[in-house]
Amino acid sequence: MNEGNAGKPPGAMAGPPRRTVTALEAAERVSGPTPLAEAPETIVEVRNFNLYYGAFQALKNINVKIVRRAITAIIGPSGCGKSTLLRSVNRMNDLVPGVKTAGQILVDGEDIHGLGAEPVALRKKVGMVFQRPNPFPLSVFENMAFGPRIHGTFRKSEIHEAVERGLRAVLLWDELKDRLKASALSLSLEQQQRLCIARLLPVKPELLLMDEPCSALDPLATERVEELMQEMKENYSIVVVTHNMQQASRVSDHTGFMLLGELVEFGETREIFTHPHDHRTEDYITGRFG
Amino acid sequence: MSARHAQTIAFALLALSTLLVVLPALFMVFFLVRNGLPALSAEFLLGEPKDGMRAGGIFPAIVGSFCLVVGAITVSVPIGVLTAIYLSEYSSDSAFTRLVRLAILNLAGVPSVVYGLFGMGLFVYFLGFGQSIMAGALTLSIMNLPVIITATREALQSVPPSFREVSLALGATRWQTVRYAVLPNAIPGILTGVILEVSRAAGETAPILFTVAAFYLPGLPQSVFDPVMALPYHLYSISTQVPNISAGMRYGTALTLVGLVLSVNVVAIFLRAHLRRKRRW
Repeated sequence: MNEGNAGKPPGAMAGPPRRTVTALEAAERVSGPTPLAEAPETIVEVRNFNLYYGAFQALKNINVKIVRRAITAIIGPSGCGKSTLLRSVNRMNDLVPGVKTAGQILVDGEDIHGLGAEPVALRKKVGMVFQRPNPFPLSVFENMAFGPRIHGTFRKSEIHEAVERGLRAVLLWDELKDRLKASALSLSLEQQQRLCIARLLPVKPELLLMDEPCSALDPLATERVEELMQEMKENYSIVVVTHNMQQASRVSDHTGFMLLGELVEFGETREIFTHPHDHRTEDYITGRFG
Repeated sequence: MSARHAQTIAFALLALSTLLVVLPALFMVFFLVRNGLPALSAEFLLGEPKDGMRAGGIFPAIVGSFCLVVGAITVSVPIGVLTAIYLSEYSSDSAFTRLVRLAILNLAGVPSVVYGLFGMGLFVYFLGFGQSIMAGALTLSIMNLPVIITATREALQSVPPSFREVSLALGATRWQTVRYAVLPNAIPGILTGVILEVSRAAGETAPILFTVAAFYLPGLPQSVFDPVMALPYHLYSISTQVPNISAGMRYGTALTLVGLVLSVNVVAIFLRAHLRRKRRW
């Protein structure tokens, strides 16, 4: 299954994973809290999720389903918990001392906090792109080879192939094929951010979490990265956190609006931006606060 | 006094004190080279001491010092670096780690002669190593530990946290993160600590006084359980215990000691420069 043609994530052709449908899910499928035209496959399901930093509750009873091979945007003012939610999905919050969680997050139907769930295996499946481009102070090639190497690929030919495939997927190959030995820090910020996205791909993630991926980029570079995201959703599921509402409306298929740790509203992007149901969503997208 | 005058005076004071730091160093090197260089010869560097150490060479002391430095660094660098990694990358703030930090601080404040006495008690007598390279190198390595640990911790903490984040987010384990994302970027800083401690291990007299150093021992050590002559103690002996010795012998020995430290450090400094060129952030 992992022959890896065109960077397709494993399981791409295997069809939906079989699992028992709980009564709750069955009920939801009938009534359907998310009014989607058809019921596409869910890659992440967040159920009654709460997160506390010490005594501070950063996430309050979040319930959401993220659709596979689509772009989901999470918007909201600073400090609303959108990055925290994103970082909960690959358990990066585990690194923060004093974090406690309650509730469930299912990735591919498996509880990521469940017994025997390994953050290492989870993070292989769920890649992350950070706010500031953060390549290692190594060459372009070494940056790309980092993922395969830590996951046990040492054959030179395999690594070369993975590097090329990754760079091609983010449209950097033609620009950089003669500069693979150059320091990644000598690239432009846009190239660096593309490289950071490409660096994830040899690990074969299914889901990409992007935490304000364009906030350090100029408008032109932002546009090109957005184009890249559109292209990548053919093969990957993407969740992007952004404070830029235009970006959310441009790139995403679904949008969630968060405020003070709550997911106020979630739905199709068109719907959220044209007919928000909640007055707080409306106030935010019309620029009354935030 | 106008602001401009104050500025001029302040600047003059700053420049003067900076100069005062440079002068002794230049003077020392100049003095050592002028008095020591004529004494250096193949026989002096590669021969055995003769005539109650008034003539001949200091080769056994060079070899002895070299063994001690290599021994001390070989023991203290792995232990110190691993301890620092544990403290900075793995442990959380607990009673245990606070105790360890306190111990490190205390070790750093212990006078070197106390290390010597401690080494004599533990390694020479209790563990029965006798006066030997083993006892001396271990004593020096304990003296080295606090600086190696502190330098390594600082080097690790200066590695941007984003490197760890990225590595973990790529599915690396904690150890892989330390090994491949953090440690390579900390090596220049660690080497700075090592450079400092090479000089100290080579130069300190007190810790080796009771644990290894021989007053007069021509010939080379056959095993790590043999005592050896060492340059700092040799310098001390010929300067205080041997009457009618030429100044050239003393300055030559001092120059050789400085040269030995310098040559070991030059290797480390080049290594550090090479590694820094490769990684910059």
